[in-house]
Amino acid sequence: MRHKTFLWFFLPTGLAMLLFIAMPIVSVVTQSIFAPHPAVLIEVESCTPLVGCTTETTVDQEATATLRAENPMGRFVGLGIYFDRGHLAVQEIGQIWASNESWGGFFSELGNLPFYRAMAFTLTFTFIVTPLTILLGLVIALAVNSLHRHLKGLMIFFSLLPMIVTPLIGSLILFWMIDSRGVIGNALVNLAGDPDFSLKASTGLMWVALMVYGVWSSAPFAFVVFYAGLQTLPKDQIEAAQIDGATRWQQVKFVVVPHLMPLVTFVALIQLMDNFKVFEPIIGFSAGAHAQSLSTFIFNDLGGETRQLSSAAATSVITIIGIAILLSPVLVRTWRDFKGAR
Amino acid sequence: MFLKKVALAGSMAAFAASAGYACEIGGRVNIVGNEFAAIQAVAAGAKECTGASVESNLTSEHQTINVAGLSGNPSEYTSAIIANSSLVALMNEDVIRPLNDLVEQHGQDLQPGQLIKIGDNIMAIAFMANAQHLMYRKDILEQAGVEAPTTYEELLEVAKAIREQGIMQNPVGGAYQAGWNLAQEFNNMFLGYGGTHFKPGTAEPNINTEAGVNALNMMKALSEYMNPDFLTHDSNATNAEYRAGNVAIMNMWGSRASQQTTTEGVLQEVIDGHAIAAPMTVGGGSIPATTLWWDGWTVGKNISDEEAEATFIAMKNGIRPDMLNDETTPLAVWLIEGYEPSEDAQGVFAAAKMGTPPYPMLPYMGLMHSALGNELADFMQGKESAEQALADVEAAYRAAAIEQGFLK
Repeated sequence: MRHKTFLWFFLPTGLAMLLFIAMPIVSVVTQSIFAPHPAVLIEVESCTPLVGCTTETTVDQEATATLRAENPMGRFVGLGIYFDRGHLAVQEIGQIWASNESWGGFFSELGNLPFYRAMAFTLTFTFIVTPLTILLGLVIALAVNSLHRHLKGLMIFFSLLPMIVTPLIGSLILFWMIDSRGVIGNALVNLAGDPDFSLKASTGLMWVALMVYGVWSSAPFAFVVFYAGLQTLPKDQIEAAQIDGATRWQQVKFVVVPHLMPLVTFVALIQLMDNFKVFEPIIGFSAGAHAQSLSTFIFNDLGGETRQLSSAAATSVITIIGIAILLSPVLVRTWRDFKGAR
Repeated sequence: MFLKKVALAGSMAAFAASAGYACEIGGRVNIVGNEFAAIQAVAAGAKECTGASVESNLTSEHQTINVAGLSGNPSEYTSAIIANSSLVALMNEDVIRPLNDLVEQHGQDLQPGQLIKIGDNIMAIAFMANAQHLMYRKDILEQAGVEAPTTYEELLEVAKAIREQGIMQNPVGGAYQAGWNLAQEFNNMFLGYGGTHFKPGTAEPNINTEAGVNALNMMKALSEYMNPDFLTHDSNATNAEYRAGNVAIMNMWGSRASQQTTTEGVLQEVIDGHAIAAPMTVGGGSIPATTLWWDGWTVGKNISDEEAEATFIAMKNGIRPDMLNDETTPLAVWLIEGYEPSEDAQGVFAAAKMGTPPYPMLPYMGLMHSALGNELADFMQGKESAEQALADVEAAYRAAAIEQGFLK
């Protein structure tokens, strides 16, 4: 395609991307390097029903309005918010590093900083759930594909159910099932033989529950993609393999999987992105005490009585960078394939 | 269904008839607020006004939309119904107007206690009060042969007696869900031990103190008698446990008192045994380990004077004395003239009488509350010491306060 033709062809998409993707990112980055002005505080008498009047501190609105009018963007803080304790905690890491001789002590104190604790969970979640999702999706696709054609429609519908259920609702259903009075929770109590046994009170088991949910809710997506891929599998290749005496396992390993490889890359890309932003199960399971992710930080920043816009913006930018790093191997490979193809 | 409609129509007619005078407004009114029965009654009262449109958006997510909905000029909402903790957030953003002139013109008959004054400015009109206080099952306590506790130390003994006699394994209930609820329980206990969240006159945190450590240790001791899932139970879940007969004693919101036994599916033994009492003290302190709250309405700043006046008149119509009837009176502890407290209200009134401190109305309290909610779960799970947890809270708060410009 000639460059000029390509340009005209791409222009509408390019404009939309600029407006809906690039501009918001610019806005978030800007927000993250500015913070609200220092508050001008004054003491006033405040009166409350049933209590009476007390002296309280409040924000001097006139003085603050003047500050805002002078500099509407706020106070420039550069990367200050990125480095504070709520985010990368550079200073705190320095102190922990200086005060610890051993790696064990260093890591246990590192786990006390919210960002690194959230990263520990998020990365574990991402790297366990993504491969399991792909594997389970492939197994379901192969199983459904080998069914009699009368049964296929029904099985496809049932396999897709977890994707049809709204994520938050799905996680809430599982949450009540694993409650110590729920079906699964009660069974576990009987199995463990301890009336005080509670899945929700244990960090390790809560992580397992979150990951089970993660695989359960996204396996249908992998299944649908692989199932579609299986329909394009050339019959003659399979027949050739069968004539060569390949077992079913060998057929899958040497013919089916290589054929589906581009789709595996695609599903891996999408799942890495989704799992890194893990959010619904943590909210649905009320798992805040055991697991946090960057997305729940943003939610907490914006959901409190005092909205912390700059902090939320900084976490968003860190999320974008994190996903870019996660995806870089796959993206580099795609770029190489593209170069090679030319 | 039909009967319900008839009953509704009847009560509406009675409502309209009891209004007696016409409420005429000359500008649009749009209300944002929390969703519970008392607030719905107030919004319904405001909607009786004629002459212009009165709309409302009542949702439990109100606090995430009210600042945005009151910003902009003209703003989407003309009034926000809020609790005292949210008033500070609205004032920090400078989106609500002082009501002095409107009170002078249209609000002479409001009770002095309803006017929320910050300095010389009236910033909100309160219509109901709320506090957490004791709720318990008198049948279970009688069975265990113990009196209703007046201190948290006694509560521990009551719980021990109930457990040891095999009546209930986990008799204590508590809204200890990690996040807002857990932080609120800490605030209660911390104030009960005589703590103050900040160094006087500054935004410097002051919770890593003896009072803070004592408060956490007491919470830990209480949690030993709770359902092991306590870190996932908010006040709704705790109430559900109580109504299902799984909990014998708890510190619960007064605004829930009237619905505690009237909700569908409550066990008969719970209905018969339900009792409420004053909030408890702790550590030999004289003031109860709880906080006093109010709910009230505000008027937005970014609207025309006509709209502000219309909003004030309509909202005042929602809280006029004759809106109190058999249906609405039990819904809350009203601060409206002519309100006669029912049985369910005695807990909140006892809290007020005992000198319960109001929830701190400070510009940076929201940040402290968030920090407490995020950092205390580790201690409750036994993963770190009380001192370490409190140091973490202070560090988390400090980072947020520096960002927001309260600390340098």
